[in-house]
Amino acid sequence: MSNNSFTPTPKHFVAPLEETPLVAIDAVNVGERPSNLWIDAWRDMRRRPMFWISAVIILLVIVVALFPTLFTSVPPNDNCQLSNSNGGPTSDHLLGFTKQGCDVFSRLVHGTSTSLSVGIIVTILTTVLGILFGAFAGFYGGWLDSILSRAGDIFFSIPYILAAVVIMSVFSAYRNVFIISLAIGIFAWPATARVLRAEILRVKNSDYVMAARATGVTNFRILVRHVLPNSIAPVIVVTTISLGAAIVAEATLSFLGVGLPNSTMSWGNDISAAQVDLRTAPQTLIYPSLALSITVLAFIMMGEVIRDALDPKARAQR
Amino acid sequence: MAGYILRRLLQAIPVLLGTTFLIYFMVFAMPGDPLLALFGDKTPNPALLERLRQEYHLDQPFIVQYFLYLGGIFRGDFGTSFSGEAVSDILARTFPVTIRLAIMALIIEFVGGVLIGLVSGLRKGKLFDASALVVSLIFISLPIFVIAFVAQYIFGIQLGWARTTVSTGAPIQDLILPAFVLASISFAQLIRLTRASVIETQGLDFVRTAYGKGLSRRRIIPVHILRNSLIPVVTYAATDFGVLLVGATVTEGIFNVPGVGRTLYQAIIRGEGPTVVSFVTVMVLIYLAVNLVVDLLYGLLDPRIRYVK
Repeated sequence: MSNNSFTPTPKHFVAPLEETPLVAIDAVNVGERPSNLWIDAWRDMRRRPMFWISAVIILLVIVVALFPTLFTSVPPNDNCQLSNSNGGPTSDHLLGFTKQGCDVFSRLVHGTSTSLSVGIIVTILTTVLGILFGAFAGFYGGWLDSILSRAGDIFFSIPYILAAVVIMSVFSAYRNVFIISLAIGIFAWPATARVLRAEILRVKNSDYVMAARATGVTNFRILVRHVLPNSIAPVIVVTTISLGAAIVAEATLSFLGVGLPNSTMSWGNDISAAQVDLRTAPQTLIYPSLALSITVLAFIMMGEVIRDALDPKARAQR
Repeated sequence: MAGYILRRLLQAIPVLLGTTFLIYFMVFAMPGDPLLALFGDKTPNPALLERLRQEYHLDQPFIVQYFLYLGGIFRGDFGTSFSGEAVSDILARTFPVTIRLAIMALIIEFVGGVLIGLVSGLRKGKLFDASALVVSLIFISLPIFVIAFVAQYIFGIQLGWARTTVSTGAPIQDLILPAFVLASISFAQLIRLTRASVIETQGLDFVRTAYGKGLSRRRIIPVHILRNSLIPVVTYAATDFGVLLVGATVTEGIFNVPGVGRTLYQAIIRGEGPTVVSFVTVMVLIYLAVNLVVDLLYGLLDPRIRYVK
């Protein structure tokens, strides 16, 4: 390698020699913490209001999903009275009533955990599958890459809502949060795999990988210790955004009537049930839609902020 | 060029086989005997059952059944719907409507997306740009059925500008509102793509040269900047055509547009499993075919793509 001898980069000679003593130029503040991608990204993110807004919304959604009773004392299904059907807001029931005479706000609060758990399970599934397929395809290359990438192409070429519709029609007897997450995730992972594969192709020829190889580190260890940690950044972006997309997918499937059974409280089901009453009782449709949209918006905004922070090119375009 | 077309066609074969196999496999996994279901509560005659089993090739192993089914697809036989009409006949009736809707949506999103993206890119960091970014974020996170209902409520019910459902024959003026709703799926992506592309092109040497020669902004913006920024945008819009065709399911269902999507939507709502599967298969095939045609067209238009493996 030609890097054996020390060749100073032009940067070292910017300052005129007679004005600045050489010692001062070469002095390096050893005490300063080494900066890396993640620290830079964090510094960039915390200066942006969008980050804090989306972080607060996401935290709120998580708390509502975990402890719904903190936010409403009205049970979502028990006190429903048909005399209240599609009724407007009252002082105890601020968002009005559904067609079945249930409290809209209470159903919203109790439906949060469904949407969030589908989003999280789908994301775990797509991330695990995406990392497995993307990492092996990108790092080992050759015939393994061909097989894994073609398999990804096949799953990628079926629009995942359509695939989920078929799966949910097939498993119509066993509709629950896990099955619907599986139906969405099993066709959504190639996006993650592609992003990771592209990044690994870029990273795997870096000098530090070569250095690791020269010191005799095994292939698998190089992949896990050096290549993956350095190519995971775009995966995090895709993951955050796809969490929002998964929540939308669940709502769409429930809306179409092949999602969760009506007995499960979910925003998609509430929207689906309310669509016929758009003219007479818009509140039953608008509030669940609003909750859904704000949650998804928070995850997508978070993904965008992370993307901007991790990608200097995107930062320059801002 | 011939080599490129051949290579793309060959690459499409495993994807085609794989997708149809996956769909068929998922359906095969469906619990219960389809023939017994045909008889409802009655106990079928064993001889009749045996004959039907042979007629529908259900006595053959799975892989043979799959290839028989694949052969049917290539002959244009996609099965029959629940009401007994051949799926190919329904397609012939409904597909033109869906294509009309998708083309209208494509025009709307392209014109709107490019215009807003161009202005955003030229005024990077200004108020217009910031608001366009926020609006595009909101559009990305709104599910299509929410947009559809809000549009129906505002333009159909409150303002009375458009009909909330499309009348028979799907005339163009009735399709405008659904087309706008459908266009909103990728509208935001087009704005962002155009904006990024315009910002990148703006910094290139030939634009600086054009300014240096003293050309007016009225000439530089459309001729030098816009034209050179459009390449990735056109690419995206073309592949988006397939997405629009397939994504029309919810929109057509809500606005009652008599297209392929509504047929699928109604089959899903009524729980007609086999019809759903036939239509999903058809839509996936259409999607693959559109993407293949787009790929081939690119090879024709842009010689660089032909030589990149």
